Amino acid sequence: MKADPAGVLTGAHFIDGDHACCEGALAAGCRFSAGYPITPSTEVVERIAARFPHVGGMFIQMEDELAASIAILGAAWGGAKVLTVTSGPGFSLMMEHIGFAAMTETPCVFVDVQRAGPSTGLPTLPAQADMMQVRWGSHGDYGIIALSPNSPQECFNLTIEAFNLAETYRVPTFLMMDESVGHMTERVVIPAADEIEVVPRRYTSKPSGEYLPYEPEEDLVPAMVPVGRGYNVHVTGLTHDERGYPVMNAAAQDRLIRRLVDKIRKNARRIARYEESRIEGADVVVVSYGITSRVAMEGIRLARENGIKVGILRLVVVWPFPGWRIAELSGQIKAFVVPELNMGQMVLEVERYAAGRAKTHCVPHAGGTVHDPKEIATVIEEAVK
Amino acid sequence: MSMAEMEVPRNVVEEYLCMDRMPHMWCSGCGIGTTVNCFVRAIERSKIPRNKIAVVSGIGCTGRVAGYIATDSFHTTHGRAIPFATGLKLARPEMTVIVYSGDGDLIAIGGNHLIHGARRNIDLKIICINNFTYAMTGGQAGPTTPPGSISTTAPYGGFEQEFNLPYLAESSGAVYVARWTSFHVTQLTRAMAECLKKKGMTFLEIITPCPTLYGRRNRQGTGVDTMKMYREMSVVKHGADTKEAAIVPGKEILVGRFVDIDRPTFLDGYNKQMKSRLGERFPEYRGISEESDPLEQHGENEIEQ
Ligand SMILES: Cc1ncc(C[n+]2csc(CCOP(=O)(O)OP(=O)(O)O)c2C)c(N)n1
Ligand code: SF4
Ligand SMILES: [Mg+2]
Repeated sequence: MKADPAGVLTGAHFIDGDHACCEGALAAGCRFSAGYPITPSTEVVERIAARFPHVGGMFIQMEDELAASIAILGAAWGGAKVLTVTSGPGFSLMMEHIGFAAMTETPCVFVDVQRAGPSTGLPTLPAQADMMQVRWGSHGDYGIIALSPNSPQECFNLTIEAFNLAETYRVPTFLMMDESVGHMTERVVIPAADEIEVVPRRYTSKPSGEYLPYEPEEDLVPAMVPVGRGYNVHVTGLTHDERGYPVMNAAAQDRLIRRLVDKIRKNARRIARYEESRIEGADVVVVSYGITSRVAMEGIRLARENGIKVGILRLVVVWPFPGWRIAELSGQIKAFVVPELNMGQMVLEVERYAAGRAKTHCVPHAGGTVHDPKEIATVIEEAVK
Repeated sequence: MSMAEMEVPRNVVEEYLCMDRMPHMWCSGCGIGTTVNCFVRAIERSKIPRNKIAVVSGIGCTGRVAGYIATDSFHTTHGRAIPFATGLKLARPEMTVIVYSGDGDLIAIGGNHLIHGARRNIDLKIICINNFTYAMTGGQAGPTTPPGSISTTAPYGGFEQEFNLPYLAESSGAVYVARWTSFHVTQLTRAMAECLKKKGMTFLEIITPCPTLYGRRNRQGTGVDTMKMYREMSVVKHGADTKEAAIVPGKEILVGRFVDIDRPTFLDGYNKQMKSRLGERFPEYRGISEESDPLEQHGENEIEQ
């Protein structure tokens, strides 16, 4: 389906990542957002508050992030495409409802404009230290999808993609921005509405007598039904069966949780998106994402000047992690170098899939600014020794 | 006349309950089921089409109500039924959204959402089952537990001052505030029907026995004994000052419709404000239109209000 032109601000704009994210949400058909202000994500909801009333949308500022993160889920069941936006402490508060969304298979998009933590940390400065929290932050086992833009243009593009993935897999989907990308102003080109592909909600065509709310289709994802149609849908965060009724035993738990995990795991190759360059014949591959993928370019240039063959693998979809690609490359190269604005998070995944066949080097950073490219170059140079 | 020819009296209650989920999980003597009985009768009386009703609960013994009512229903997270319902209601303003939950859920962990929901005057019908305890988790003290009560986390008796719920709801902005007990089934059913009709945030406190975890520890005897006590101690006083409505063990329990006022709902305010600032550029907000609802296109199941 094509985007509704009402929400698409076609043209070339000079805007920051936060604003581009709002425009991406509008283009994707998002018409409900609930939020609570927090630096450095506030500009997203400020633009939403200004833009949504013009297009038949609704923004509500809630009393806290617990409220914001579940108000969107209520609206999602009401038929809306929904978004909430936060950072750091707010993201921590949202964790319970990320689990509730995963358990109830509610399509929704969360934007985390990452700032340095823990706790209040450095509110106005960047980090990429919520990468494991986004994957594992709520209790219990479940799967999620997370994307990492490295420019305002990608904030726009990947917000649309996040909505499309959330609807396709009925899963909470995350746009893992960071303060640098959020506050970076660049040219953002918004195409015409008929050039933007949006995924509509997966609704059943079965009548109420035949429909089971949690009966999966072939790709392990069940179809939804709009409320108000007499289907008497019951939605619960308790372990439930295909009817959506609570069932309190280990067999039901096994059946449900395996499916929630498998619907992402088994579709991982379909969901994955990464970019590669100069991998052929490389001795070192730099794996990065978000703002760090841009900073790393300069480090890579310096290392190449010194004659090192460096390939690049940039993660666009960070979760599910493309472990199979790391495994393939690890037989061909000497080492992976993983710079990230945290003390070593995604590097753990790289290391796990390299499984000793290639060395893995972390270039950690506590956040607050970006890497010095020379640091990255130095680690690349050491990696080939 | 054979059995087959005999008119089987229609049981409203069964029609509105998920009979395939019976027996329910509540203890004998529990007051929650009684209130559900009143609730489905009130729905029936209200004539609201069943598919335009949604019930949202938090977590607790009361939180299980959503799962037994044969409408669209949502069993959410502990304390967050109101913000969930806020999102649902704003997306689907044509639906009547009821929040049915416990005192711990709505007043302790969810207290912030209650006061803000009332302040905004979101058009939600709040039904608060006050059994003076956190029943689901085994009978701990909560913000409605009267001082002196024994609970598992106050084994030597509580001493914190409890909330006076009607006063809290009124001062936060609820447009309709009432209290009844599960003994007052007729009045309760009527009050629920009034809530369903009223525009804006309504708050109905229902005093209810939890013989298993509260009554037993606090010399209230069985559920029936507690109901007798409610009958003896309750005093109906419509329009009473909610400040006077605190519940003091051994003293009379004020019941009745305390508040019934009108003020613009969140959506009334939203539409008015946006219209005044944006004029023609603002399309009146009537909920999220379902671009891709397949049933909408077929017109199937559509019941006009
Ligand atoms: C975040 C969170 N904290 C704690 C709990 C445990 N818990 C479940 S129900 C409940 C109290 C319920 O009390 P109330 O709302 O009064 O309902 P009742 O069981 O009395 O009807 C608690 C503390 C939970 N489920 N979630
Ligand atoms: S524990 Fe108390 S509130 Fe829960 S079902 Fe039993 S009597 Fe009712
Ligand atoms: Mg209780």
